[in-house]
Amino acid sequence: MTKHIFKMPDIGEGVTEAEITEWHVKVGDKVASDDPVCDAMTDKATVELTAPVSGVVTSVGCAAGEIMAVGGALVVFEMDEDTDIKEESAIPTPIKMEAPKAQNKEKPKPVSKPASKPKAVPAPAVVSTHGAKPLASPAVRRRAEEQDIDLALVPASGKAGQITHADLDAYAKGGGAGLQKLAGATDIKVTGMRRIISERMSESKRRIPHFSYVESIDMTELERTRIHLNNTRAAHRPKLTLMPFFMRAMVKAVKLWPQCNATFDDDAGIITQHNPVHIGMAAQTPGGLMVPVIRHAESQDIWQLASEIARIGEAAKTGSIAPAELSGSTISLTSLGKLAGVMATPVINRPEVAILCPNKIVDTPVMENGQMVVRKIMNFSTSFDHRVVDGFHAAEMVAYIKDLLEHPATLFID
Amino acid sequence: MAEHYTCDVLVVGSGPGGYVAAIRAGQLGLDTILVEDGRLGGTCLIRGCIPSKALIEAAEKFEQASINASGNSSIGLSADKPDLDFKKTIAWKDGITDKLSSGVAGLLKAAGVRIVSGWAVFENAKTCSVGDDKITATNVILATGSKSVELKGLPFSKEKDGPIISSTEALDLTSVPKKLAVIGAGYIGMELGIAYRKLGSEVTFIEAAKTILPGFDKQLSAPVSKWLRDHKVSIQTESFAKSVSTKDGKHTLFYTEKNGAEVKLVCDKVLVTVGRIPNTEGWGLENMAVDMDGAFVKVDDKCRTAMRGVYAIGDLVGEPMLAHKASAQGEMVAEIIAGKKRRFAPAAIPAVCFTDPEIISVGMTPSEAKDKGLDVVAGKFRWAANGRALTTGTADGGGFVRILALKTTGRIIGIQAVGRHVSELSGEFVLAIEMNATLEDMAGTIHAHPTLSEATMEAALSALGHPIHSV
Repeated sequence: MTKHIFKMPDIGEGVTEAEITEWHVKVGDKVASDDPVCDAMTDKATVELTAPVSGVVTSVGCAAGEIMAVGGALVVFEMDEDTDIKEESAIPTPIKMEAPKAQNKEKPKPVSKPASKPKAVPAPAVVSTHGAKPLASPAVRRRAEEQDIDLALVPASGKAGQITHADLDAYAKGGGAGLQKLAGATDIKVTGMRRIISERMSESKRRIPHFSYVESIDMTELERTRIHLNNTRAAHRPKLTLMPFFMRAMVKAVKLWPQCNATFDDDAGIITQHNPVHIGMAAQTPGGLMVPVIRHAESQDIWQLASEIARIGEAAKTGSIAPAELSGSTISLTSLGKLAGVMATPVINRPEVAILCPNKIVDTPVMENGQMVVRKIMNFSTSFDHRVVDGFHAAEMVAYIKDLLEHPATLFID
Repeated sequence: MAEHYTCDVLVVGSGPGGYVAAIRAGQLGLDTILVEDGRLGGTCLIRGCIPSKALIEAAEKFEQASINASGNSSIGLSADKPDLDFKKTIAWKDGITDKLSSGVAGLLKAAGVRIVSGWAVFENAKTCSVGDDKITATNVILATGSKSVELKGLPFSKEKDGPIISSTEALDLTSVPKKLAVIGAGYIGMELGIAYRKLGSEVTFIEAAKTILPGFDKQLSAPVSKWLRDHKVSIQTESFAKSVSTKDGKHTLFYTEKNGAEVKLVCDKVLVTVGRIPNTEGWGLENMAVDMDGAFVKVDDKCRTAMRGVYAIGDLVGEPMLAHKASAQGEMVAEIIAGKKRRFAPAAIPAVCFTDPEIISVGMTPSEAKDKGLDVVAGKFRWAANGRALTTGTADGGGFVRILALKTTGRIIGIQAVGRHVSELSGEFVLAIEMNATLEDMAGTIHAHPTLSEATMEAALSALGHPIHSV
C-alpha cells in the first residue's frame, strides 16, 4: 500500500488559492483516475478537479467552503502499488465552469507569492530553413512565385529564419544573401620561399622562349601492367604510381634526344648535355612549390624509383629535405596528381631546357578496327626551351615516349 | 432566342469564391461570364455568414434589453420588457443581404463581367447550357459551393414552415420557435442555437461527438459551455437523432442518449447542422473529366483540376469550407488565367466562430504542435485582466488570448482567443503568422490602450516570461 498526495493544482494564471465549494468524495471512497474529486472556485471560475490516480481516499485537505492554497495537500490516496509516496501536481483541464458565486463571501486574502522567474527568452538565431517550409511574408512569396525562385534555396536573414525582400533581391541578382561586395585588400611581403619561387619563375619566363606541345597517349596497357605489378608485388616493395614509369620513359628518351637532358647557361652561352638523368619532381608543399630531385634515375629500376619518389616527396612535404636534394636536376617532371587537368603549359625549371607534365587519364571511346572501345586516354603536356630544342626533335621525342608508354614492355627492353 | 456566348472565363456560382474570381478576371481584361441560378452572393451573403451575423446581433440586442428589463443590468440600466417583431428582424436582415447582393452586382458590372441567370449544365469541360443558351469558354472556374448535409432519418421538410430545417430556413423563420432542437453542435449549429436562445427559444443540442464544438480544443470551448449552462441550454452529447414525427401539428424528435436510451423531445423546429457537402451533382460535373478527391473536386496548389483550363475553388475543393478561403482562391485563379504566376500556399487560414463568447483560431493549437513534436512556448492572457474587456463585458464570459511560438526562434505559429467581440482581433493574428512575427515582434508592437488587442501583446509577453499585467 502506498500513499499518493494530490496537491492543489495551479488552476489558472494568477490563482494562488481557491475555495473548495463541494467535495465529490469522502474519506474511505474508492475512486478511479479521472473521477471528479471536488469543485474549486476562484474569482474567475469554478473548476472540477479530477483524481490523478486510482485509489482510496484516506484524507482530504479541507472541508467544503474552505480555502485551499495552491500546492497544499488536497487529497491523500492510498494505492495498491508498492511504491514510494508520490506527489502529484498535474494541472487538470477545467471541465466544468460556473459563474463565481462569491459576491457575498469575503474576498480571498492575497497570498504572497514569489515573483515568477522570467522564463528563458528564446534567443533569436539564424535558422536554416533548408528542408522545412521556407518562411516568408505573403508579398515575398508572391514575388518568388512570379520570378520562379524556389524560396527553399534563398538564404534567410530574418531572426526566425524569415526570407526578406532584401534576401530575395540578393538571391535574384545571382548571389544570395551570403554574397556581399567586399572592400579592402591584404598586402603580403614576398619573402623566403615565395620570393625564390617568384624570382625563378620570372627568370624562366623572361629568359626562356617556351614552346608547349601536347600529345594524347593511350594508357590502357600501362595501367594494366601497373595494376598487375601492384597486385603481385612482394610485400617489401612500394606501391607503384605512374611516376616511375614516366621517369623510366624519360631516361630512355633522353638517351636518343640528349639536347633535352641539358642545362643552358645563357650568360656564358654554353649548353651542357648531361649523362646522368637527375629528374626534378615538382611537388606542392605547405610552403609552396618545391622541386626535389631524383638523382641518377637512369640507374634505378621501377621499384627503386617508386621508393625514392615516395621518400623524397615526403621529405619535401615535411621540410626535412636536405638542400642538396633540391638542386642539380637536368630535366623535370611535374604532375598535379589527381587534378591533372586536360593540358598544361609547364614552366621550365631553369637552367633546364625541358619539362614534362602528364594530365588526367580519362576513359574515352576510341575507334579500333571499326569498333568503338573504351580506352584510358591521357594527354601529355610538355614545354621546351626553343633556343636549345627544336620543335621537330621535341615532337619526335614525345612520340617516342608515347610509343614506350603504349607498349609498356618496351620500357624495360634496351 | 437562344444565344451562344463565348468568353475567356466562365465562372459558375456567385458566392464569395465565384464573384471575387469574376471581378478580378474582369479587372484583368478577361472577357468574363458569371452564371448564377439564385441571387448574387451565394451562401455567404444570402443564407450564411452575413444573415446569420445579422440574426446573432439582433439576438444579442434583444437579450441585453431583456436583462435591462429584468433589473439585473450590471450597469444599472432598467427598461420595460422588450418586444420583438421578428418579421421586422428578418426584414432588416434581408435589407442587409439585399444591399450586399446589389453591391456585388455593381462591382461585377464595373469590372465588365456579364451575368447570366440560370442553372448551368455542362456537356463537356468547356461548354455548358443555361436554359436555351449555350456558353463556350476557354477557361472555366467552378465555384458551386456546398449545401447542408441531410440526415437520413430527418430529411429537410419540403413544405413551407415544416419542422426539419437547415441553416438556410433557420435564417428565414416567421417566428421565434418556442422549442428548438439543434442536431449537431458544430459552429453553425452553435451560432444559430445560441442566437435563438437569446431570442427566447428553449434550445436542446443533440451532438454525436463527446463535446460541443469538436473543431476547437476544450480550453477554447469551455467559456461557450459555461454560457450554455448559464442559459439553461440542454446539451446531449454522444446522442443521435433518429426521426421526427408529427401528430396534431406537434412535432416530436426521437433520439438516443449516451446510454442508448431512446428519448422523445417535443419541439417546434429541428435544426439540422451536421455539416456541409460540396455541390457536385445536377450540373454536369461528370461530363468534365475532372478528378475527385472524396466528395470534393481534386485540385492542385493552383486550383487546377485534372482538366486543362478548368479550375475549382472554395467549398467545392475541400476543407476548410470558409468564405475567405474561397475568395483568396478565386482572386488567385483569375490572376493565373491572366498569365500571372500564383500559388495557393497560405501560412494560415483563420477560423472564427460567432458563438457567445466568440472563438478565433489561427495557425497551430498547442495539441497540434505537440502532435508534430514541436518544441513550443505558450503564453495566455485572460480578459479578466484587460481594462477594455471589463468595460465591454468581454471579461464576463471568461476567456483569453493564447499565443504559441517555437521555443528556438520565438516565431509565432498559432494564436487563439475566446471572448466576446474577439473576432475582430483575427486580422492581427493571421498577419502575425503570415509575416512570421516572433514573440518579440508582438510584444514590441505598441498596442493601443484601452483595447482588447492589448491582450495579444500581453500573451506574447507572457510567453516570453515577463507579462506586465498578470502574475
